[in-house]
Amino acid sequence: MRRTADCVIIGGGVVGSSLAYYLAKRGMTNCVVLEASYLSSGATGRCGGGIRQQWSTEPNARLAIESMALWKGLEDELDRDIEFLQGGYLVLGYTDDDVRQFEANVELQRGLGLDVEVLTPTEIRDRAAPGLDTRGVRLATYCSSDGSANPFLTTQAYADAARRLGVEFELFTPVGRVLVEGGRVTGVETERGTVSAPVVVNAAGSHSLLLARTAGIELPITPWRREILVTEPVERFLDPMVISFSFGIYFRQTRHGAVIGGFADPDEQPGFNQTSSLDFLTTMSRKLGRLMPRLASVKIVRQWAGLYDATPDGQPILGHVPEVDGFIQACGFSGHGFMIAPKVSSLLAQLITGERPDLDIDRLNLRRFADGATAGERSVV
Amino acid sequence: MKDDVVICRCEDVTYGQIVEAVRSGLTTTEEIKRILRCGMGPCQGRTCTRLITRIIAEETGRTIEEIGRPAVRPPARPIEIGVLAGRSDEENR
Ligand SMILES: Cc1cc2nc3c(=O)[nH]c(=O)nc-3n(C[C@H](O)[C@H](O)[C@H](O)COP(=O)(O)OP(=O)(O)OC[C@H]3O[C@@H](n4cnc5c(N)ncnc54)[C@H](O)[C@@H]3O)c2cc1C
Repeated sequence: MRRTADCVIIGGGVVGSSLAYYLAKRGMTNCVVLEASYLSSGATGRCGGGIRQQWSTEPNARLAIESMALWKGLEDELDRDIEFLQGGYLVLGYTDDDVRQFEANVELQRGLGLDVEVLTPTEIRDRAAPGLDTRGVRLATYCSSDGSANPFLTTQAYADAARRLGVEFELFTPVGRVLVEGGRVTGVETERGTVSAPVVVNAAGSHSLLLARTAGIELPITPWRREILVTEPVERFLDPMVISFSFGIYFRQTRHGAVIGGFADPDEQPGFNQTSSLDFLTTMSRKLGRLMPRLASVKIVRQWAGLYDATPDGQPILGHVPEVDGFIQACGFSGHGFMIAPKVSSLLAQLITGERPDLDIDRLNLRRFADGATAGERSVV
Repeated sequence: MKDDVVICRCEDVTYGQIVEAVRSGLTTTEEIKRILRCGMGPCQGRTCTRLITRIIAEETGRTIEEIGRPAVRPPARPIEIGVLAGRSDEENR
């Protein structure tokens, strides 16, 4: 294990791995990624793999749109099949609130150049999701360039590309403490010794909260359990990811043929609990069977849970912290860190290598909460 | 050829693919499952996990205990969505 590095990244999820790659690509190859377990063992390996550009706040929408531009070239760039597919995202609206919110969303998204359509229930069945039971649906927004990718393969591909450029990945190496001296980060402490570095990136998902505390920084991140399940593979019948905030569901068909999906339990309590529940299994089955009757005879093979690292405004915490020089945050992804990872990591790589990020990420700095940030993301499932 | 022997029958993963994965640095059943899908099929690794663990042990010189088993995820057996949905409807009445 290297004892000194130009940059230490804590966490081998999609964010840590992609950041390592973009840093190395910019010439900073003496980086070490420290991962407590194996790659993708956190939220990344538990996520739905959806890539959506339809967001309600400008920062999220911009990050997602510009990430999509990177996603499109990623298989070529990383020289690996990551099951990237632009099957679209269909957002179902049931309530007056949905209809009002969708209007505002579409205006914002179109203003950013996104091709998003508004579909009637008939159009939904004819064009986007044949066989969908649209009872109660008022309208949907549909963006055919949204998509998905396989989170394990993506993270592995980023890590392998970073390794080829000289980055070291130390797996099964938990960081116990971020080391700070005189208001500057100096490295990290692990069970296998310390690694000194002038830059330390906190990309530890929900655990970022705990790591930041070791450096005296309090992050407004709340961990929430989110459950998810997958069926046996079936013949292709569905292209887009189908989601609804009011009905509370998201699901898609993977390239492998399985249907993967989940919903957010409104009664969930915050915490690091990642167990699976029978309640989720039965309620999710009811929701899936109701929306896609053809799935009634399809079998569920596996369920699991992961953590959302939620911030008060549903947007990530990126960049410097005022109190500790060199300690960079890349966390608080609030349930959509997979899709925006390519752009977020490119921007942070620019920031760390001393270049001005080509998109303003300063407004996603931790400082915004002290300033009383309020405008929150509404389009979270 | 030994390399062509199918180890995970649900997902059609061969001995050769698993050895290649271990040699590329994936040294636990969890990691191999996530990259090659073996153990993700209908049997959920009931037949292949033991074999995969043995291959890792042979390749890395570690013991079966050190390598560990992947997490067992519910449900214990695949269940139809309609069956689960029906049950919960009754409970909700
Ligand atoms: C059920 C579910 C569904 C989701 N669906 C989607 C989706 O469809 N689309 C989308 O974009 N996002 C989705 N998300 C969110 C997405 O998974 C996350 O935002 C994203 O994976 C975050 O990546 P990360 O690298 O920041 O964190 P993680 O993947 O959690 O990685 C953090 C890593 O840090 C490691 N770590 C923790 N503590 C330490 C330590 N002390 N020392 C060293 N390492 C440590 C962990 O082991 C972990 O591997 C979903 C999340 C869940 C739970």
